[in-house]
Amino acid sequence: MIRLPIVLFFSAALFSIGVYGVLARRNGVLVLMSIELMLNAVNINLVAFSQALGSLAGQVFALFVIAVAAAEVGIGLAIVILIYRNRETINIDEVNLLKW
Amino acid sequence: MTGHEYAFILLALIGTVAALRVVTARNVVHAALYLVVTLASVGGAYLLLAAEFVAWVQILIYVGAIVILFLFGLMLTKAPIGREALDNQRRGAAIVVALAILAGLIFLIQDAFSWDGSKIEPRTGGAAAVGESIFSRYVLPFEAVSFLLLGALIGAIVLSRRDDLT
Repeated sequence: MIRLPIVLFFSAALFSIGVYGVLARRNGVLVLMSIELMLNAVNINLVAFSQALGSLAGQVFALFVIAVAAAEVGIGLAIVILIYRNRETINIDEVNLLKW
Repeated sequence: MTGHEYAFILLALIGTVAALRVVTARNVVHAALYLVVTLASVGGAYLLLAAEFVAWVQILIYVGAIVILFLFGLMLTKAPIGREALDNQRRGAAIVVALAILAGLIFLIQDAFSWDGSKIEPRTGGAAAVGESIFSRYVLPFEAVSFLLLGALIGAIVLSRRDDLT
């Protein structure tokens, strides 16, 4: 038996670390890794509530989130590699063509 | 405190420390390898929560596939080393925002769930139960995810194809 708040605290810690990574990193691949941390935090919450409430819906949707995360990484890395091919850099603060 | 809980807290600590190293490492390959540790400890957490199928999917897809994709991405792009090359100038603001989010979440969790009231009983989470649930109640979302994966596959091929090879 595991008390639910412990699991939720772990998830909250992973989520805020992911937020820090997204905000502080400038390498595109590292930003994608931080996004994965946040998605994992969401999945932990889904599984924890699924087990606490006795319903399998949370686990099913955790599987869907994993599939969506795989798709997101595939597309994201394709975009990062495309940016690298065009601009010779993947620092996302230098990719500001649409900014001004 | 039960043995389950101690094991979970240990895994959570390992995962959190590795996640901190992911966002602070000065070498991108080290960050990817620390990501493996974090994802594996999250998989172990799923096992402790008795979500067996999700745990193995986590190991297979995240540790097996996504991290390999990240390593390929790092190989195909220039991977500089050092904090100035990997972090931007807004590190202080990022720390403030992350700590604010953490404090808010902890406050909300403590507010919403009493410490001893809600416990997670080990229930079934094996492949049979999850598969039956997917293919009886969640067929339509499953098909939507299939189309999403197909779209992502085609999109990734289209994006990374060189134009002069057409």
